[in-house]
Amino acid sequence: MATEKRTKSDRLASATQAQWIALPVRAARTRRGMIGLIIAGIVGLIAFIGPFVSPHSPLTFLAVPFAPASSSLPLGSDILGRDVLSRVLNGGWLLLLMAFGATAFGILLGGGSGMAAAYFRGRADGIIMRTVDVMLAFPALVFVLLLVSLVGPKIWLIMVAVGLVHAPAVARVIRSATLDISERDYVRAVELQGVKPWKIMRQEILPNLVSPLMVEIGLRLTYSIVIMAGLAFLGFGQAPPAPNWGYMIQENRVGLSANPLSVIAPAALIALFTIGMNTFTDAVARVAIGLERGSSKAADSGSTSNLMPVTGAGEVSA
Amino acid sequence: MSIEEIGVRGKAPDRDVGLSWMSRHPMVALLLRRGGIGVVTLVIVSIIVFAATEVLPGNAAYAVLGHTATPVRLHAMEVQLHLNEGLLAQYWSWFSGLITGHLGNSLVNSQSVWSLVEPRLINSGVLVATSGVIGILAGVLLGAYAALRRDKWFDHISSVVLLAITSLPEFVVAITLIIVFATVVTHLLPAVSIYPPGTYAWNDPKLLVLPVVTLVIVIIPYIMRMMRGAMIEALESDYVQMARLEGIKSWKIVLIHALPNAIAPTIQVIGLTVLYLAGGIVIVEDVFNFPGVGQGLVSAVSNRDIPVIQFMVFILAALYVVVNIITDVIALLASPRRRLVR
Repeated sequence: MATEKRTKSDRLASATQAQWIALPVRAARTRRGMIGLIIAGIVGLIAFIGPFVSPHSPLTFLAVPFAPASSSLPLGSDILGRDVLSRVLNGGWLLLLMAFGATAFGILLGGGSGMAAAYFRGRADGIIMRTVDVMLAFPALVFVLLLVSLVGPKIWLIMVAVGLVHAPAVARVIRSATLDISERDYVRAVELQGVKPWKIMRQEILPNLVSPLMVEIGLRLTYSIVIMAGLAFLGFGQAPPAPNWGYMIQENRVGLSANPLSVIAPAALIALFTIGMNTFTDAVARVAIGLERGSSKAADSGSTSNLMPVTGAGEVSA
Repeated sequence: MSIEEIGVRGKAPDRDVGLSWMSRHPMVALLLRRGGIGVVTLVIVSIIVFAATEVLPGNAAYAVLGHTATPVRLHAMEVQLHLNEGLLAQYWSWFSGLITGHLGNSLVNSQSVWSLVEPRLINSGVLVATSGVIGILAGVLLGAYAALRRDKWFDHISSVVLLAITSLPEFVVAITLIIVFATVVTHLLPAVSIYPPGTYAWNDPKLLVLPVVTLVIVIIPYIMRMMRGAMIEALESDYVQMARLEGIKSWKIVLIHALPNAIAPTIQVIGLTVLYLAGGIVIVEDVFNFPGVGQGLVSAVSNRDIPVIQFMVFILAALYVVVNIITDVIALLASPRRRLVR
């Protein structure tokens, strides 16, 4: 029994690097995963290439407020008569970057402390998990608003605050995943050889956490976008003249009847990105479950097959 | 009553009074413990809310005044916020205010904090209760229906729609509803829910419709998904198979045997939903200008009205803690096995 596990762990350890890539690649090959990745990818491309191809400056006044779409302004103009298309093309990259940053921070902090809590047990576990309990006693957005209200809507602060919101939830998931791994024979064996704890966590435990971590990263990235766009919508993002998908919805909603595209375009991009990310994450989770059950086919079987035409259609037309 | 049980009961009077009372009522002990943890959490939360205004860079008086800060005004503001007193004294005066209801005045219009927050609490309460009840009922029923129609078209379509909805930010859902029902497509409903001063949410139910529908749409997927899973498990269980073999009518099996057993595991998710609502109202209320705690918090944050912020954040966190405890206890009550383990 022990030897069997030992060989398995060897195989896992040698394939560590490959695994981080293999899981999302496998997920991308499923129907659900591919559609999710394509949707999110298109929005990502718009966000990051947009600034280089935008026809006008996002800040210059070109027309009357809320002018309807025309050949020169394909999406019309916004509340101050600026080009909606140019603002949409410029208004996503920082939002996405901030979401990536907050996700990375939250995963590192939460994953690290969750692993440490499960591995060291005892006192460290108690302290970390009680902290987690208290942090989970705040509604996420309220916690971020509290911080923002005191320091001001600084970009670094929003990233740190959103990361802090993620950390306790990630810590819980990773702790419970680590608990049963740290009990396994091969971990005990390495411990007896006197290997340092952080090295054991990195080399023996981390490779086994690829699936839960990948799923968490996907979920947290989606959630980061939701919170950050929400904060921007409330007016706590970049300072006003700068374009931002979240804030565009807020500032242009008074002109909803005159030029609905000024609201619909940024809202649709946010919606598409979160839907795409979530769908892809769902595929990753399915593949991970399939791998656990010993067959990679389980992920793509049955229930997913009939659904796909529906996913994109309803949303893309928005 | 078994012999062992009587034996345990017989022993009880030997112990000290508190313990024997608790051992006779394990649920009471559990309630006390969860309640105790809750109180401790609330105190810690109050310390964090208070400390956040104190420890973070930039003193609160400066945060309030911003660019208009002059040494004289800074000093006046420090006195108003009690920043010139010791840390402990400051915390104590705030904390005792929380208990006695003397929370000081808003920095913006010098109304008392409580008189500002009270009507908002009532309005938010109405909003959360209405959308909670509708959303939970609809989620449970739709989830059960999806389980009964497992792998039929309703189940397939709903699972995709649910995945899409769970990924949407609330304000996108809200704006979509506004576009469809209040501006671009039709004008059936008001786009904003502004109430005249002195009136409450129930005075004009029409204004409540869109905020409620938004929250209902956002919470349904979680409940529905959980309910579907639990219901499928219940339908496949031995007791339902047994009931089928006994020839009990299938609607009776669903209503009497499967549904109640499927609701028990769903309770945890229902609790999480109410928790979500405590934070979710912030954005939804802001979209519709609904005069509740969430919108109040946003405007207080924009104005840096620190006493109001502190109190509202504490109230929302307190609600969180209380709902958490209630859910835990209900979940334990609903499952005898876990009740005994603890």
